[in-house]
Amino acid sequence: MLAAIAFYVLSIVAIASAFAVIAARNPVHSVLFLILTFFNAAGLFVLLGAEFLAMLLVVVYVGAVAVLFLFVVMMLDVDFTELRQGFLSYLPAGFVVALALMGELALVASAAMSADGAPIPLAPAAPSEVTNAEAIGNVLYTDYLLVFQLAGLVLLVAMIGAIVLTLRHRPGVRKQNIAAQVGRRRADAVELKDIRPGQGLG
Amino acid sequence: MNPALDYIPWTGWPVEVEWGLMKSGQVLAIAIYLLLTLAFILLFDRKVWAAVQLRKGPNVVGPFGLLQSFADFFKFVFKEIVIPAGANKTVFILAPLITFVLAFIGWAVVPFANNVVIADLNVGILYLFAISSLGVYGIIMGGWASNSKYPFLGGLRSAAQMVSYEVSIGFVIITVLLLVGSLNLSTIVENQRDGWWMWHGFRLGNFVEFPNNLLVGITMLAMMVVFFVSALAETNRPPFDLPEAESELVAGYQVEYSSTPYLLFMIGEYLNIVLMCAMTAILFLGGWHLPWGAVDDPVLGFVVLGAKMWFVFFLFAMVKAIVPRYRYDQLMRLGWKIFLPTSLVAVAVIGYYVTFMAPAAQTALAGG
Repeated sequence: MLAAIAFYVLSIVAIASAFAVIAARNPVHSVLFLILTFFNAAGLFVLLGAEFLAMLLVVVYVGAVAVLFLFVVMMLDVDFTELRQGFLSYLPAGFVVALALMGELALVASAAMSADGAPIPLAPAAPSEVTNAEAIGNVLYTDYLLVFQLAGLVLLVAMIGAIVLTLRHRPGVRKQNIAAQVGRRRADAVELKDIRPGQGLG
Repeated sequence: MNPALDYIPWTGWPVEVEWGLMKSGQVLAIAIYLLLTLAFILLFDRKVWAAVQLRKGPNVVGPFGLLQSFADFFKFVFKEIVIPAGANKTVFILAPLITFVLAFIGWAVVPFANNVVIADLNVGILYLFAISSLGVYGIIMGGWASNSKYPFLGGLRSAAQMVSYEVSIGFVIITVLLLVGSLNLSTIVENQRDGWWMWHGFRLGNFVEFPNNLLVGITMLAMMVVFFVSALAETNRPPFDLPEAESELVAGYQVEYSSTPYLLFMIGEYLNIVLMCAMTAILFLGGWHLPWGAVDDPVLGFVVLGAKMWFVFFLFAMVKAIVPRYRYDQLMRLGWKIFLPTSLVAVAVIGYYVTFMAPAAQTALAGG
């Protein structure tokens, strides 16, 4: 019973906050509602017994990705009332996208049922004595090692691409050289002059 | 693990009700223990700081100033809450609450002694990591909602800083996980039960493994240092307290806060620091075990872990007292250019050790 109550609370809050993401007037509020949605999704994972996935969702999406979202959105200085002019003209396009997604979901749901109506047997659940993390690790690093490495490579290429695109060398900019700073000695910087009275440095 | 399943009800009530009441009681007990610890650790912080500067510190309220924190508490609570006119009111009030709540819920998985833990999660350490990575939201929301320049800059600094140091904390945690082979905090502590040579901070292990054990010992010692410094940065403690650097940002994200909301921020901040102390003790300093042997008695274990937490906090306080504040670019350089590569190499070294050089791996390699 507790699990059912938890499920309904989590999913209702998740759906409501997902709706609030697109309904909120202030984009910072949108991101905050997005975070709430992630959080509730993580709660649903815990209910399913997938606590490792739930923690990953919180660490990666809530702890890192959404922080960067918030970071960027907070610094935007856009007049949002102006941005919302002609908001309704996008409605047909949005409707088409929603329809396509809905159709795909229906397709997957119906494909999960075989012709005689019996559900296709799902992959066997991991034996209960193996923890989540172990089960995922076993699959990820043995069966799908190549795919896993390729995914990592794609991310690496994307990261390097972002650095290459944003890095620019401007001539004449004085840059800090840490090694030179740390390597500086007293003899390089201080010179003792014996100045006689009334004669100055000249 | 479903706690309701391996639990024998002892009152006539429905098991959900009884279990819920029992857990609520445990949560309340832990919360009171933490708040009391906090009251004295705040005083301890100020006393250490004062002693380094040859002052006496707070010594007026109660004997040796022992009641100072309680006096401060009442002063905070009785002040007026001021909300700036331009502030985003909901987020402004929500921010300290989030900091406060997140600081508490992390403690749900912390084992205080043998079998003394509210929720013995299989992914305990990951949960702690997740909760500590959420701590940035209170600060960044508070900074933004204040609608003022200094808090906003403080919030931005804090977001960048905490995201950066989380990465190296994650890798340090992975080295410990590789050695233990479990994400469960109680298992991590049990793995260090033999004595100080099995503590992950200076893990020399068995000397039959010589010289491989030296490799692990030196790597893990470095990882403990990286973890400690990253914990300073993650909790915005000096010398990394740039989000609230008073010489640059007045008080950073806290500028517009007063009275109880400020108090909540402060409690959350210090509770996170104490949580980091507990994590250091559990991951690297053997948890509730004594240096010369295992402790299975819950009361003694509770005291030993408490002593270790206070010791690590003493280090935090000394760092605050004697190290000058970092510049922001130095902070970023340290996090990304020094700690991240160091901890990555350490993960590779420990991974190699666990796979090829550990006794279990040796027998597996010889047998198969």
